[in-house]
Amino acid sequence: MAIWLTKDSKVIVQGITGSEGSKHTRRMLRAGTNVVGGTNPRKAGQYVEFDGTRTPVFASVADAMAQTGADVSVMFVPAAFTKAAMIEAIDAGIPLAVVITEGVPVHDTTAAWAYNLARGARTRIIGPNCPGIASPGASNAGIIPADITGPGRIGLVSKSGTLTYQMMYELRDIGFSTCVGIGGDPVIGTTHIDALAAFQEDPETDAIVMIGEIGGDAEERAAEFIKANVTKPVVAYIAGFTAPPGKTMGHAGAIISGSSGTAEAKKVALEAAGVKVGKTPSETARLMREIMS
Amino acid sequence: MDLYEYQGRELFSRHGLPVLDGGVASTPEEARAIAERLGGRVVVKAQVKTGGRGKAGGVKLAESVDEAVARATEILGMDIKGHTVHKVMLTVTADIAEEYYLSYLLDRANRTFLCIASVAGGMEIEQVAEETPEKVAKVAIDATVGVDEAKAREIVEAAGFPLEVRDQVVAIAVKLWHAFVTEDATLVEVNPLAKTPDGRVLCLDAKVTLDDNAAIRHPDHEAMVDRSAVDPLEQRAKEKDLNYVKLDGEVGVIGNGAGLVMSTLDVVAYAGEEYGGVRPANFLDIGGGASAAVMANGLEIVLADPSVKSVFVNVFGGITACDEVANGILQALQLLADRGEEVTKPLVVRLDGNNAEAGRAILDGAANPLVQRVDTMDGAAKRAAELAAGK
Repeated sequence: MAIWLTKDSKVIVQGITGSEGSKHTRRMLRAGTNVVGGTNPRKAGQYVEFDGTRTPVFASVADAMAQTGADVSVMFVPAAFTKAAMIEAIDAGIPLAVVITEGVPVHDTTAAWAYNLARGARTRIIGPNCPGIASPGASNAGIIPADITGPGRIGLVSKSGTLTYQMMYELRDIGFSTCVGIGGDPVIGTTHIDALAAFQEDPETDAIVMIGEIGGDAEERAAEFIKANVTKPVVAYIAGFTAPPGKTMGHAGAIISGSSGTAEAKKVALEAAGVKVGKTPSETARLMREIMS
Repeated sequence: MDLYEYQGRELFSRHGLPVLDGGVASTPEEARAIAERLGGRVVVKAQVKTGGRGKAGGVKLAESVDEAVARATEILGMDIKGHTVHKVMLTVTADIAEEYYLSYLLDRANRTFLCIASVAGGMEIEQVAEETPEKVAKVAIDATVGVDEAKAREIVEAAGFPLEVRDQVVAIAVKLWHAFVTEDATLVEVNPLAKTPDGRVLCLDAKVTLDDNAAIRHPDHEAMVDRSAVDPLEQRAKEKDLNYVKLDGEVGVIGNGAGLVMSTLDVVAYAGEEYGGVRPANFLDIGGGASAAVMANGLEIVLADPSVKSVFVNVFGGITACDEVANGILQALQLLADRGEEVTKPLVVRLDGNNAEAGRAILDGAANPLVQRVDTMDGAAKRAAELAAGK
């Protein structure tokens, strides 16, 4: 059944009529995702056609949910409007909101997160600045290429998009239950810990790959969580051992501040929790292969 | 973006916070004009984005205009921990009776904002927190509510500010929060927040970090970027919308996706250990699309770095197919040739993922003598390090 996204998930796209939104809606449909509609208040009532599939456009997330039973929204809206799109999804109470947009101001994400908490945290937010979530063979919500791997029993949670794809590719013969890209921003909705907890509970996941990178202390906290709560085997990879302090490495959150947020500290914490940490992505894949063989 | 103290002071001033009168100077002449306006007795402070400038001799008191000019002349051009001083700030002096601390910052771990306040200011707050944690108040701020007068009073009481300054500190805390939010800062820090013998509370230092992602709604922030402190290659890359960070090694790195590129740097450094400590020369993420034009711009920047001896192009074809990437690399080399750039440094290319076989075949077919194909990330890193070491 995978985590959070299954073949029964009904997906809408916020920003479906934009260039990124329409490009990736087409890809999601081709991957077998049940895309039931999209939103754009100025084009409500119209349809967008993708390879012969007529997809309705609604005025709001609430409208789309009422008329289609949608339970997942994927956002492709410009950074300046992402906060409003998140608030709209939260107000509608959609169970899962996947925020692909990169470059969202951190005050916006933090405010949206506080807003979600104040309303009872009915909405699981993934991202921003993430590739989304894919349950191979079942559904795909975001921009993760659908044809890298088929279904299997490894769960993957990662801050990085391309490292997610790399790991899916290396272990494509074994396959994945669900791959979650949680994003590289300093404030994100779904954390490593959330995904680890869900994979621990998921009967279709046997082992977990966790990919982290420099910045913050999410990996250290994940290590503590694993020690206390995760009985399934976990292997990890951390990127950024050679990154200099004080420089943002591509992702807004990937920055070593003073002595905090280093790759070494994360590796030490994970190993102390019994997690095997690979030196390279390929070595990490080998460690997982040993577990699954 | 971290601001200089003088920029932080100006930002505070714009938001109505009490700061000392002053100005910033790049030359002794400018320093003289400011010192004259301020009446002679001033503090001259080196403007560098590093701590410990006082110990390094970058902060001096002057009793007269001539002395202020002499101190400014000494400090301008000084090297403080590898930072050259290009500007000094001159302010009037203030007698200090007590030093406090106040800041707002992004609390990543708790996904909220945090206020830190203390009556033990003037030194590093981390040190205070370690030695006398009871003197440091940490108050979480709900981003949907912010800091109004009631919240500010809660902060001031939690930190135990003396009764006679509480009203002033409450007003400062509200204004500082307003500055934090409206400027999209991730840190605003006042240390020290000082009480003068006559009972006034003033912001004597200003440390501000702004969120680069918020530049979309702050066109004025661009003017605060210090071009003289930006690496020229990083500046060129920024103008071409490329995500580039200059490092100190010999292997140029180009890849798609921030995580993959960070990982590539690490793998190059590991491989380089076997070749006399060869290291990555840069971080460059060309993103998901990786068109020929973007690849050409990226290659141009990386090859313009004189310390680069070899280049490792590491692409995982996700949405972008590897055959498109392979064509992009070949077209990029052609584009550079057309621009009159002579490319002589070897490129090691690793293509994996979507349509990898087709991409590799295109590279093989072109048989460009500069391009070497290695199909694993670890193997390609080793080859690039080997080439950089001249083997």
